[in-house]
Amino acid sequence: MRKQILNYLEKNSRIDLAELAVLLDTDEVTIANEVAAMEREKIICGYHTLIDWEKAGVELVNALIEVRVTPQRNRGFDRIAERIYNYPEVTAVYLISGGYDLLVTLEGKTLQEVAGFVSDKLSTLEDVLSTATYFILKKYKDHGTILTRKTKSERMLVTP
Amino acid sequence: MRNPLSKKITDIEPSGIRKFFDIVSEMKDAISLGVGEPDFDTPWRIREEGIYSLEQGRTFYTSNAGLRELKEEICKYQKRKIQVDYVPEREVIVTVGGSEAIDIAFRTMLDAGDEVLIPQPSYVSYLPCAVMADGVPVVIPLQQKNEFKLTAEELEAAITPRTKILVLPFPNNPTGSIMTREELEPIAEIVKKYDLYVLSDEIYSELTYGRQHASIASFPGMKERTLVINGFSKGFAMTGWRLGYVCGPAGILSQMLKLHQYAIMCAPTNSQYAAVEGLRHCEGDVRMMREAYNQRRRYLMHELRRMRMECFEPYGAFYIFPCIKEFGMSSEEFAERFLAEEKVAVVPGTAFGESGEGHIRISYAYSLDDLKVAVGRLGRFVDRLRSER
Ligand SMILES: Cc1ncc(COP(=O)(O)O)c(C=O)c1O
Repeated sequence: MRKQILNYLEKNSRIDLAELAVLLDTDEVTIANEVAAMEREKIICGYHTLIDWEKAGVELVNALIEVRVTPQRNRGFDRIAERIYNYPEVTAVYLISGGYDLLVTLEGKTLQEVAGFVSDKLSTLEDVLSTATYFILKKYKDHGTILTRKTKSERMLVTP
Repeated sequence: MRNPLSKKITDIEPSGIRKFFDIVSEMKDAISLGVGEPDFDTPWRIREEGIYSLEQGRTFYTSNAGLRELKEEICKYQKRKIQVDYVPEREVIVTVGGSEAIDIAFRTMLDAGDEVLIPQPSYVSYLPCAVMADGVPVVIPLQQKNEFKLTAEELEAAITPRTKILVLPFPNNPTGSIMTREELEPIAEIVKKYDLYVLSDEIYSELTYGRQHASIASFPGMKERTLVINGFSKGFAMTGWRLGYVCGPAGILSQMLKLHQYAIMCAPTNSQYAAVEGLRHCEGDVRMMREAYNQRRRYLMHELRRMRMECFEPYGAFYIFPCIKEFGMSSEEFAERFLAEEKVAVVPGTAFGESGEGHIRISYAYSLDDLKVAVGRLGRFVDRLRSER
């Protein structure tokens, strides 16, 4: 049941719980209790809205930054990751296998702002060995949703 | 000039659906609950494989009965799904949709005057195909009180010395009914007792909800008298690819293959390659679609109950078949008025046979958002009809 609820909420967190109960063949109280429990247990960590800022006419700059760091004794990467993710302009930090260590995603108002963050804050952290910054030019798909959706269906209206 | 047409073809009625389609397409901004095909795009893996097959220049005929890999995958699939063993070399033909399989099955098996039992309401093509094959269609009107399932008594009562084939259309279009193993068992007994053959149209086999699909071919002694028809249109959302298949005894299929070979040559090549990918890798996509249909089905049942519309709960395909008798009009009138007044298209039950009278077919191959709009209008319409009476 939890998995089914989560599958649904992940795609549409605004769904009415009574409606969700119908779709999942259970009652509203059960759903409400499960959702509340999962919020308490931090299984559900938040409810966000997927926004196409470009369409909204708001200019935002998104960047992906590869960061190579020196892991610290006893703490590995956690301490340095924390120092990075506490900046509010950082939208995500992942520990990555492969040629570098941390992948940081960043959102800023301008190119300068992002570039400034990388050169002033990120590169100057003492455990950071190097960074490589990639600016996002266009979002085709985000969070499983295709943003450049095609036109309407070509199905006929009535078929056997 | 001489009449260019055969009596056989001019005697066949055009499909009731077609008539309705013409009315609907005249109407601007009508919305529809009248579609008999999935709203999902074909899973991307399958589409991508179709593209790849074109890039690779796989644009030639395949062998008549279909690509070897595809036939092998179909046999493995049938083994998994209905627990029947078919031999890829002899016991499967890949066809242009289930439609072609239905057609060539009748033409291969019927002599003039042989009777074909067709339970109705059911898909529109069985009857005309039987007629074009010189068979005599004998309709078994299914009953609402049995949730439009075929009972052993109804079957036995319809059998004559000329009866040769029983069409078994479950999961059913338009009623959404399915027949469980327990319900099929007595049917299988009668088929054997009277030495009949079965054409089991299992095109909706992937779409059953909370109940397992069962095939009559899986009963002892039934494989040799059953043609199982299936395809990719519904479960894999591949209607436009035109791909289906028939599994059955080699003795029948080898003769069907002659017809297929002369009339069709082979099913579309790139569709066949794409379908191999579908059978190998797309169980998850099929499950995802099934779950979505199931949610919509529950939503619609819930809403119909709230409107106090009479409707048995369907466990298959993507249709519900509510009863509209309380409004004192025919299905056709109901559908026409609903369209005229609320601009929503549904298909009158009679498009699937006279025994569909008093019902309408509502398809839930639509997004929940679309369904909500349509259901809102249905509620309003039903209220109005009740207040008129
Ligand atoms: C019950 C049934 N059988 C067969 C078909 C034919 O499907 P296809 O020729 O696309 O495989 C349909 C299509 O609507 C159907 O509803």
